[in-house]
Amino acid sequence: MSDKNSVKDFVLSVEGLTVSFDGFKAVNDLSFYVEEGEIRVIIGPNGAGKTTVLDLICGKTKSTEGSIKFRGKELTKMTEHAIVHSGVGRKFQNPSIYEDLTVFENLELSFPRGRSVAGALFFRRDKEVLEAVEEVAETIFLHDQLHTTAGLLSHGQKQWLEIGMLLIQKPDLLMLDEPVAGMSVAERKRTAELLNRITKGRSVIVIEHDMQFVEDIAHRVTVMHQGKTLSEGSMERVKNDPKVIEVYLGH
Amino acid sequence: MSLNTRSLKTSMHSIKTVFPKGDLFYLAVLALFLGVLLPMTLDIFRLNMVGKYLTYAFVAVGLVLCWGYGGILSLGQGVFFGLGGYCMAMFLKLESSDPESTKIQSTPGIPDFMDWNQITELPWFWEPFYSLPFTIIAIIAVPTIFAYIIAVAMFKRRVGGVYFAIITQAIASILTILIIGQQGYTGGVNGITDLRTLLGWDIRTDSAKYVLYYVNFVCLMACLLIAQFVRKSKLGRLLVAMRGREDRVRFSGYDVSSFKIFVFCLGAAFSAIGGAMFTLQVGFMSPSFVGIVPSIEMVIFCAVGGRLSIFGAVYGALLVNWAKTTFSESFPELWLFAMGALFIGVVMAFPSGLAGIYKSHVEPFILRSWQKLKQAKPQPPEPPTSVPEKAPPPKTTPQNAAQPHPIVLTGSISPVGK
Repeated sequence: MSDKNSVKDFVLSVEGLTVSFDGFKAVNDLSFYVEEGEIRVIIGPNGAGKTTVLDLICGKTKSTEGSIKFRGKELTKMTEHAIVHSGVGRKFQNPSIYEDLTVFENLELSFPRGRSVAGALFFRRDKEVLEAVEEVAETIFLHDQLHTTAGLLSHGQKQWLEIGMLLIQKPDLLMLDEPVAGMSVAERKRTAELLNRITKGRSVIVIEHDMQFVEDIAHRVTVMHQGKTLSEGSMERVKNDPKVIEVYLGH
Repeated sequence: MSLNTRSLKTSMHSIKTVFPKGDLFYLAVLALFLGVLLPMTLDIFRLNMVGKYLTYAFVAVGLVLCWGYGGILSLGQGVFFGLGGYCMAMFLKLESSDPESTKIQSTPGIPDFMDWNQITELPWFWEPFYSLPFTIIAIIAVPTIFAYIIAVAMFKRRVGGVYFAIITQAIASILTILIIGQQGYTGGVNGITDLRTLLGWDIRTDSAKYVLYYVNFVCLMACLLIAQFVRKSKLGRLLVAMRGREDRVRFSGYDVSSFKIFVFCLGAAFSAIGGAMFTLQVGFMSPSFVGIVPSIEMVIFCAVGGRLSIFGAVYGALLVNWAKTTFSESFPELWLFAMGALFIGVVMAFPSGLAGIYKSHVEPFILRSWQKLKQAKPQPPEPPTSVPEKAPPPKTTPQNAAQPHPIVLTGSISPVGK
């Protein structure tokens, strides 16, 4: 009964998720639920398994046990591209963009159409594509750099570009791995602003170390430690949890 | 009516996207060079040699898409070249082995090498090659299906990079051993020789050689058009994207392996056409065009021409083969070393090959002299219509991928797991 409810109410339900690399359990019996429209931030010390959780959700790593349900669909048995098609977008820790292509081409390739071989061969740059690219470029502050080769962008701009590449896919669940890492203070501010704008109407999972940034954006926080949930709740609650202070915030 | 004009407009538009102005110019220069200039200046013996060199250009163009764009380095393109060539040779051999001309054999009507190997009946897989339509289909289909099987087995398991290169090389080696070992069915190390006629038309005469040169030329142009279409489509950009960031492409919702399979099969199909044209023009096919050495030579043609330029690859194939013929006539034992040195030299100094040199040195020079010419004549009323005529042959396309790339043998060092 309650199981059925969880499928209905939550965008993402992770239950009993375990992955074992040669006996080492990077993620160990982890459960959490993300609601519609929620911004969930996962924090925790290095090696806690945060990135592995994102890898498991997007299919990059196969789980050993447990289930990941996204809008009632079991993701653990789907291929990576099918997971993307069902509405999950993922940004990697290091900016992962196509350096040899222009900003325009980067966004165009991420536009969710013509994803089969034939579709890609006969894909046309029509008005719909141009408008979507322009709109996203505007959002990520790169509208005057559309024809710049992406490899020439600054680190912060690359991060934005990758976020833009996700946005153009219009995912229902957005997963961002350290979106402000390596950014200047000014860039961080703009990114927080950007995230606040783009997270409207979709659920977001963010991994981040920058506590100020986490406080700015998080609805709920999950603290991970050694592959397990250490604490969960509002930032206020988590900050004052003695276990969290001991393993993570204390130093 | 308005719909008609619109569709016309959009089709014009798409021609422009497939052929930006520069590319059309390069294609025209190449067509003039191969289709008019060479046939006018060379005697038929030399022209036939050029035709032979051009059959390797098919392979090189395929490698530009596979390796230059997709980052899939195949060291076994000779396999597909050979399969295409063998399919053609089987048809021609059957035609020249009619009972009349083979009546001195103990089993008349089968190819001579089978008779020498005590085979008394035509093997079943030779039977369909009595039919020309079947042969033409087989020339494309057999290598492409073989490529498909290899590609599915490798790419679905995410085998790539160096491992893929080594496996293709092993396949080239295995196929050579197989052909040599099955002497009775394949002609062994000598290959299939003594090919004379195609549907009764003697392919050894000078006029036939002219015709075959042009058939080859037309096929090559057709392959270039297909390659250009692929290159300029979104699939071309996806290949470049995959070369650098395979994971990003995968997590943008693409099934990466299907794109790799496609481009590998396309390269195989091109190679197969080249192989069949080789058999027709040279008059035989043997395992020496299948194995590791020819396969690696094919990669060198592509690298020298410029692995990101389909037009450059054609010039590369011509130039290296021409050098090989000239050089190996005088210093046969030195040739392999020269070839090795050439490859290392190109990789170290000119990662984008002839095409890169043209782009970075020749074209700016032409443009500069053009500008000077224009300034010398103050305000000429007629607008210039084309770039100056006297551009040296090694010509290439602007690359839509950023330049210069360091040559990475396996395309890319992908940060992807596995």
